[in-house]
Amino acid sequence: MGKIIKVSGPLVVAEGMADANMADVVRVGPHRLIGEILNMTGDLASIQVYEETSGLGPGAEVETTGAPLSVELGPGLIENIYDGIQRPLEEIVKRVGANITRGIEVPPLPRDKKWHWTPVAAVGDAVTGGDVLGTVPETASVLHKIMVPNGITGTVEYLAEDGEYTILDEVVRIKLPSGEIRSLTMVQKWPVRVGRPYQKKFPPVTPLQSGQRVIDTMFPIAKGGTAAVPGPFGSGKTVVQHQLAKWSDVDIVVYIGCGERGNEMTDVLREFPELTDPRTGETLMKRTVLIANTSDMPVAAREASVYTGITIAEYFRDMGYDVAVIADSTSRWAEALREMSGRLEEMPGEEGYPAYLASRLAQFYERAGMVQCMGSDDRIGSLTAVGAVSPPGGDLSEPVSQGTMRIVKVFWSLDASLAYRRHFPAINWLNSYSLYLESMRPWYDEHLGEEFMVNRSRAMRLLQEENELNEIVQLVGKDSLSATDQLTLEIARMLREDFLQQNAFMDVDSYSSFDRQKRLLGLILHYENLCRGAIAKGAALSDLYAIPSRERLGWAKYTESDQYARAYDEIARAMAEEIESLARKAGEQA
Amino acid sequence: MIKEYRTIHEISGPLMVVEQVEGVTYDELAEIRLTDGTVRLCKVLEVNGERAVVQLFDSSAGINLRDSKIRFLGHPLQMGVSGDMLGRVFNGMGQPIDGGPELLAEKFMDINGLPMNPAARDYPNEFIQTGVSTIDGLNTLVRGQKLPIFSGSGLPHANLAAQIARQARVLDDSSQFAVVFAAIGITFEESEFFVREFKRTGAIDRTVLFTNLANDPAVERIATPRMALTAAEYLAFEKEMQVLVILTDITNYAEALREVSAAKKEVPGRRGYPGYLYTDLATLYERAGRKEGCKGSITMIPILTMPEDDKTHPIPDLTGYITEGQIILSRDLYRKGILPPVDVLPSLSRLKDKGVGEGKTRADHAPTMNQLFAAYASGKEAKELMTILGEAALSPTDLLYAKFADEFEKRYVNQGFEENRTIIQTLDLGWELLRMLPRSELKRIKPEMLDQYLPKED
Repeated sequence: MGKIIKVSGPLVVAEGMADANMADVVRVGPHRLIGEILNMTGDLASIQVYEETSGLGPGAEVETTGAPLSVELGPGLIENIYDGIQRPLEEIVKRVGANITRGIEVPPLPRDKKWHWTPVAAVGDAVTGGDVLGTVPETASVLHKIMVPNGITGTVEYLAEDGEYTILDEVVRIKLPSGEIRSLTMVQKWPVRVGRPYQKKFPPVTPLQSGQRVIDTMFPIAKGGTAAVPGPFGSGKTVVQHQLAKWSDVDIVVYIGCGERGNEMTDVLREFPELTDPRTGETLMKRTVLIANTSDMPVAAREASVYTGITIAEYFRDMGYDVAVIADSTSRWAEALREMSGRLEEMPGEEGYPAYLASRLAQFYERAGMVQCMGSDDRIGSLTAVGAVSPPGGDLSEPVSQGTMRIVKVFWSLDASLAYRRHFPAINWLNSYSLYLESMRPWYDEHLGEEFMVNRSRAMRLLQEENELNEIVQLVGKDSLSATDQLTLEIARMLREDFLQQNAFMDVDSYSSFDRQKRLLGLILHYENLCRGAIAKGAALSDLYAIPSRERLGWAKYTESDQYARAYDEIARAMAEEIESLARKAGEQA
Repeated sequence: MIKEYRTIHEISGPLMVVEQVEGVTYDELAEIRLTDGTVRLCKVLEVNGERAVVQLFDSSAGINLRDSKIRFLGHPLQMGVSGDMLGRVFNGMGQPIDGGPELLAEKFMDINGLPMNPAARDYPNEFIQTGVSTIDGLNTLVRGQKLPIFSGSGLPHANLAAQIARQARVLDDSSQFAVVFAAIGITFEESEFFVREFKRTGAIDRTVLFTNLANDPAVERIATPRMALTAAEYLAFEKEMQVLVILTDITNYAEALREVSAAKKEVPGRRGYPGYLYTDLATLYERAGRKEGCKGSITMIPILTMPEDDKTHPIPDLTGYITEGQIILSRDLYRKGILPPVDVLPSLSRLKDKGVGEGKTRADHAPTMNQLFAAYASGKEAKELMTILGEAALSPTDLLYAKFADEFEKRYVNQGFEENRTIIQTLDLGWELLRMLPRSELKRIKPEMLDQYLPKED
């Protein structure tokens, strides 16, 4: 038992802590506030406290729990909303009302809820860490696999029968090689700052389908990949993150609201239970875990929240699922690091951030990946990490953006000027990139045909040419361009307005399947081909723009999702006819 | 037993070190009694063994290290609240300065408040009609939102804030409305402008004013918005009133924070502001909102003047990351005589999509909003091109857009500070302007809707 000697904001120094280990979780003061040891000097411990320290003073007692900051893993995680140190927020509302008071102790997983356990292993089986012992249908979308905790090997002595159990009931007994019998429940613990082990990591090769055209077609992310979304405020970072959380074709989504607005988390919490997952037909909430440490909640717990989130994600990855972690925003997490570092009086690096900022960022993103999970059935799971970055003033030269860009493979650069023009998602096509294009090309070629990647490159080239031509237009005006260059500008405009722009708030446009993206892009480029042919024959640009099917093309993205294939074919046919007749007329006049 | 200490060891700026203290806790409130009997308030920033670092809310002038006495009060800074606050004027520390009687507090609340549990928040989605087209039509304000006004020195942000406070109402609603106004380091004249406005419209009886003027102690400014928000929370969540909080000027607040941070010798972040400026501002702004199961709400309009009109300055920048949008005032428009000079394109209300549409305003609201934005943006681009290349270089469509942009500014934006437009008037005006453009350009509105609202082209 130690005693406080110093309090400065969330940093507390206690003496008499010789029993404690580095990084232990401690209980501080009469409210038993939760804290974590950051530094030890002799028997002095510097502790970051995860709750408001107002009212603490020297002499108050500090007690170590003897264990590092850990999360509880087991049935009951899905559909829950936690704070940065895995306290269930809805349960807290029930106990203390709408405001978060201090020192609340609520178990992360419901203790009295009964789950339907079905054994998978058999008595006498030799098992090792990661092997699946039984399953629990946690929600209609998620079959929770109860695994042997890592580090345990032995033979199954006892398996509970098929039936209803709480997470604290014994469901398995394992005889260890030493002869000791280990009793297991459905819940296990894991320290958040240590990545959960796996057998082998693979380079990611399958795209994560997000239903967002600019992402899936232009700058795709792989399952098991990493991406960053930087952008100044008002550029639509949060909407992009929400769209990914909604529509990604993964099994589990862990959404971390780290130092962001309270209302945004409320939005997710209220909206997701009403949205249907296009793949399972169940609500999106049934595959989502929320971590909410909003900007008004204590800053130290904000630092922990990204680790809490990614550990939960790894746990589901270990069951062989595709998991996406979406962290909004990593800049707030870095600021929490900076604040604690400042209070510890560490030597600051760039802009006051601690010198270890870049390595912490790298550690976080490196926990993503496509892996062969622990356990003898060699199942494959993936963890995709997407982090928002909020650069001050939109200036990407600051340390958090730079540290992130060095690590992530996909970069969706949000652009304020696009947002002003209400071009959403405001992902700038000129300076965004995806380094997975090459490794995923075989997948695209196999599933969407080789034409898709060809079309993609052609669209990118058109947009690039538009940028160059615009510089000329700025100087000499549009009319001095040749007809083919003017057509390039027009097609690029169509690509921007009719393909890249996507309305997240319109039901039919919010999600676009790969097939639909392929056809829509093909349609626009088909129009280009037809026009180029007609121009060669002498058709006038204004006539080509005025054909009736051109307006229909503009509305093509809003076609109902069960009719688009036929509608697009129909537009293509009409376009061909209309343009052909224009070309013929032009030929006759000439 | 409260002990008195005469062990003040050091004073530097707003900070004081007191030695040989016992039982002092972090964030505790203390009183200093000077030799002439005056009492000043301060709070504990750090305790280290028997040493306490204390921050004064007042000037340190006149404090004698040997003779001044300090006592620690055993609780953090609190504010006594009651329904009688309405119609009263307080100083930045929450003491009445209108010559009226002392407030009989119904209860005392910690001015720091407690973080609101995101699981208990109710999502803001009720439309507030401010009567200002650029806000109602394009950057819709909803109940429980925090929407700052980014202004610059010399721009009429005060008039716009007063106009909103005067005209704001929720369609078909009868619940009680209150305004909490915090003057943070502004001049007497600016503060008087608001008081006069509130008196002129009779709003003063449902207004609580907190004034820390430019000549009041700067450090007191750290407490002033918290006092105001505590009063607002009490009115909204215990008296179930609809509260509009106006905080002006956040730039002065941030500067006070920087002053204390520098005195504490903390490692500075950008432009000398402390690294925790974001967190600190968030603990103010995030107190806006609604709670599930409670009728009351806090809608917040913080006003800040951007130094050199620079939106990337840390104060507007961090504010923009926390608040749900921003209304930006433009010096160019103001020079053109367009009032209120709302710069439409960079302004934004993040919650607008939830507050508009069928049943809230009108079904055509969202699409016309997008169309007006897009058309105005194209118009501005066309005008830029025109200044470089001359009118002859523009295509007929571009010329139309340029004309549209002018008309839009002249009629839609320029409504003055007195006109109160209903949302229907605003929407209809939008259609009237859109009619200037050919139908094929109105790509963001569904054809059926165009049929309904546009006269047939014949």
